Amino acid sequence: MIIGIKDIVKLAGMAIVVCCAVFVCTLFLNYNIDLAAMEGEILTEAGIILYHAQVSMGKVTAAVTGGCLVVTSAIMLLFYIKNYIDTHGRELGILKALGYSDMKIAKHFWPFGLSALTGCVAGFALAFSYLPFFYKTQNAEGLFPDIGVNFHPLLAVFLIAVPAILFAVLSVFYACLKLKAPVLDLLRERREYKNKIRKKETGERPFLQDLKRVTRERKTLVFFVAFSAFCFSAMVQMSVSMNELASGTFAVMVITIGLILAYITLFLSLSSVVKGNTKTIAMMRVFGYGHSACCRAILGGYRPFAYMGFAVGTVYQYALLKSVMMFIFADIENMPAYTFDVKVFFVTLVLFLITYEMVMYGYSARIKKLSVKSVMLE
Amino acid sequence: MIEVSDIVKSYGGRNPVLRGISLSINEGDFVVILGASGSGKSTFLNILSGLERPDSGSVRYHASDIAKLSDDELTRFRKENVGFIFQQYYLLPNMNVEKNVRMGADLAGNMEFREIIKAVGLEDKIKKYPGELSGGEQQRVSIARALAKKPNVLFLDEPTGALDEQTGRQILAYICELHRKIGFTIVMVTHNQNIAEMANTVIKINSGKVAAVYANETQKTAYEIGW
Repeated sequence: MIIGIKDIVKLAGMAIVVCCAVFVCTLFLNYNIDLAAMEGEILTEAGIILYHAQVSMGKVTAAVTGGCLVVTSAIMLLFYIKNYIDTHGRELGILKALGYSDMKIAKHFWPFGLSALTGCVAGFALAFSYLPFFYKTQNAEGLFPDIGVNFHPLLAVFLIAVPAILFAVLSVFYACLKLKAPVLDLLRERREYKNKIRKKETGERPFLQDLKRVTRERKTLVFFVAFSAFCFSAMVQMSVSMNELASGTFAVMVITIGLILAYITLFLSLSSVVKGNTKTIAMMRVFGYGHSACCRAILGGYRPFAYMGFAVGTVYQYALLKSVMMFIFADIENMPAYTFDVKVFFVTLVLFLITYEMVMYGYSARIKKLSVKSVMLE
Repeated sequence: MIEVSDIVKSYGGRNPVLRGISLSINEGDFVVILGASGSGKSTFLNILSGLERPDSGSVRYHASDIAKLSDDELTRFRKENVGFIFQQYYLLPNMNVEKNVRMGADLAGNMEFREIIKAVGLEDKIKKYPGELSGGEQQRVSIARALAKKPNVLFLDEPTGALDEQTGRQILAYICELHRKIGFTIVMVTHNQNIAEMANTVIKINSGKVAAVYANETQKTAYEIGW
C-alpha cells in the first residue's frame, strides 16, 4: 500500500474543514426540508414572505459557506497530494520504472478520500447533536409553527457518501495527472526547478530578495495565506454584523467556523513553507546568514498577501451582507439597516495584526530550532 | 591559527564520538583529516568550523574560543571566516547557478562572483538549475559558492565522495590551484588515503582520537595520486 495511515492522518486539517462544511450544510438544509413540510400551515402573508426569506437564507448559507469550505478542502487535498508526490518522487519513480502504469499507482491514492469521509461523518453527527438546540431557538422566535428534528436519509447520502466518493475519485485522478511526469524527473525529484525555469530571471537582485521571490512563487501557499486572512477578516466582521441582523447563535457559528478555517489554512501554509525550505534555511545558517535574515526571506514574503486577503475579506463580507439585505430581506418589515461598521473593521484589523504576527513569531522560533546537522544527515 | 584543545563530543549520553582531541592548524595549511567511517572525522570538522559545539574543550580561532560563542556569534563567525564544500553539494534546487553562488557572495559583499563562476568553468551554465547539471558541475558550483564569500578557512567534507575518478581529480586539482593562488587555509575530511598525499599536514583519526599527525615532504598533485 502506497498511502499509509500516517499520511491520511496528516490530512486532519482538511477533515476539519470538510466537517465544518457538512455541519453548516446539514444544519440549514435539514431545517429547510423540515420547514418546507410546514409550508401549508403558514397562513399569513407576512409569514409566507418570512418563510421564503428563511428558505433562501438557508440555501444561500449552505451554498456559499458550504461551497466555499468544500472548495477549500478540495484545494487542500490537491495541495497535499502534489506535496506527497514531490516528496515521494523516488519511490513512485521506481514503481513507474518497474512498469506500473500511472493509473495503477494512482489507484492507491483513494485512501485520501477516507479523510473526507471522517470529516463528513463528524460534521453530520455534530450537526445532528446540535439540531435540537438550533430548532429550539428558531421555534422560540415564534415566526413559524413549531418544528421537530427529522432525519432525512437522502441528505445523509448527499452529505456523507457522495463527498467521500468524490474526494477519493479526485485523489486518484489528480495523482494520475501528476504521475504523468517522466520517470527520470520523478527519480531525480526534478519537478520543482522545471516550474521555475520558465520564470524570467533578473540576475541583478541580491540573494535574499531572490529567495523571497522564489518562496512567493509557490502559488498554492500564497493562496492559503491570503485565504486565511480573508476568512479571519470576513467571518469576524460578518459575525459582529450578524448579531444585529440575525440570531446570536448564527453569529457564533460563523465566527467559530471562520476562525477554524483561518487558523487551519494559515498553519498548513506556514508549516509547508518552513518544511519546504528546511534545507535552504540550514544552508543559509551554515554560510552565516542570521536568524532574522532567514525569517525575513522565508516568511516575510507572504505578509503583503495576508493583508491583501484581509482587505478582500472586508469587501466580501460587506458586499455579501448588503446583497442579502437587498435581495432576501427586502420585503421584510422592521429589519435594521446595514451599514459598514468602521469601528468593527479597525478592531478586527488590530486583532488580525496581533494574531498573524504571533503565528509568524511562533514559526520564526521553529526556524531557529532547526538543527543544521539533522537536516544535513537526512 | 586554529588551536584545538581536549575536544570531547558525544551524542545522547552514549560513548563519545571524539575523546579528547588536541592539535593546531597553521594559517595557509592544507590539512587532510583522514579516518574510516564512524571514526569521528566529520564531527570534528563540524566542531572546527563552528557548526557544532563540543561537550568540553576549546577551539581557539586566533584569540577567541568559538566553543563558547552564542548561536548568533557563531553565525557571525561563520559568515566572516569560513566556507564549506560538502559531499552532497546542498545547492538550492530552485535557484540557478548564478543565484546559488550569489548566496555566498552577498555575505562578503563580493560583486565579482561572476568571475569565480567563470573560473570554475561554468560561465555558459550560469542560468542552469542544479537539477540540470552533472555531479561534477554541481560540485563546481558549490566550490564557487564557498569561494565567493572569500573565506579565511575552507572546510571540505568528502568533496569527491559522490564523483567519478576523472571529475574528482579535476575538482581536487582546482581546489589545489586556488589554494596556491589565494593562500587560504584548507581543512579537508576524507577516508581516501591517496587524497591525503596532496596535503602538507595529515591528521589521522581513529575511534575519536588522533592516531597520528604527519607532514608530507612533497605534496602530490591530483593527477599523481592513486584513486
